[in-house]
Amino acid sequence: MKTVTGQVVKVGIADLKFAKSPDILRTSGLGSCVGVVIYDQGLKMAGMAHVMLPESKQAKKTNQNMYKYADTAIPILIEALIKDGARKFALKAKLAGGAQMFSFTSKNDMLRVGERNIQAVKDQLEIYRIPIISEDISGNSGRTIEFSLETCLLNVRTVSKGATNI
Amino acid sequence: MSFIKSLSGTQLDALKEIGNIGSGHAATALSMMLDRKVEMSIPSVRVVDFNEMMELVGGPETLIVAVFLRIEGDAPGNMFFVLSPEEANAFVKQLTGTTSFSIADIDEMSASALQEMGNILAGSYLSALSDFINVLLQPSVPILSIDMAGAILAEGLYELSHVSDYAIIIDTLIDDHSQDNRPIQGHFFLLPDPDSFSKIFNNLGVQPQ
Repeated sequence: MKTVTGQVVKVGIADLKFAKSPDILRTSGLGSCVGVVIYDQGLKMAGMAHVMLPESKQAKKTNQNMYKYADTAIPILIEALIKDGARKFALKAKLAGGAQMFSFTSKNDMLRVGERNIQAVKDQLEIYRIPIISEDISGNSGRTIEFSLETCLLNVRTVSKGATNI
Repeated sequence: MSFIKSLSGTQLDALKEIGNIGSGHAATALSMMLDRKVEMSIPSVRVVDFNEMMELVGGPETLIVAVFLRIEGDAPGNMFFVLSPEEANAFVKQLTGTTSFSIADIDEMSASALQEMGNILAGSYLSALSDFINVLLQPSVPILSIDMAGAILAEGLYELSHVSDYAIIIDTLIDDHSQDNRPIQGHFFLLPDPDSFSKIFNNLGVQPQ
């Protein structure tokens, strides 16, 4: 497990990173993607994933980026945190994203990908019995999220509605 | 890795020519709309990972004005016409004559003007393309979206993301050379679905390797 030290740890698309206090985990421009933070508040350690698709089973090719899918990224996140000393019983989650950026009728299932991402993330958290403390999901705006390891608050910023801490 | 990494020089040239023809027609359409000279850059074909794609327009958090179209038909894909808020602003002012316009609080008239611009530009791009490749391409109704680049552009990567972590972007910049030093510069991003490439190359008679 790689822990990056510094001020802000940036998580890209289909990416996953870990940090400890006093760092901040950030991912920018979440649309239908879902940003998931799993943290141990007592130890002030956390991991953040920027999930793009619900299931790795949908992949048409093998040798895929495991950080891209909810059903692979979340187990990786949890297992790496535990390996690094996080206590499984103390793990909690916060999530944001899963918006529907465009509303138009189309034959393909692109339309509901945000919704399906949210469901897939929740299913995984349910399997590991990790409670969701707060969430800012659905809607139709892009979000940038920052998780402060110090306060364990997730700052969600949108273009139209400004920033809130959840 | 995947087909994307193994494009030959001839195939890249063919994709560049697609960008050339499409955006040439779009530039002409824009020129007629604005009644002034519009130039375009030589198209570039880039193979980028998803994060690099966001960097092309200034990073995932950058506010962009984008017109999105889904292309259905023989060679499906996605298309974006991307402007910065300043560029969109300049355009709306030129087209509607309004002076009080802000992207943050867009009125119906301005939104409609931008959508129509996207419609005309993308329509001319695609019809030229359709003739050139000899395929049937049907664009969806264009959708205007003003939001973070990452959130908007990731939608266009949905089809691709099932098979790859890379996208082939055919990118052309158009420039309206206005005298007040506020040129309208717009990016065209054409993102063919993974399966569309073989169709395109076949119809153009470009052999792999």
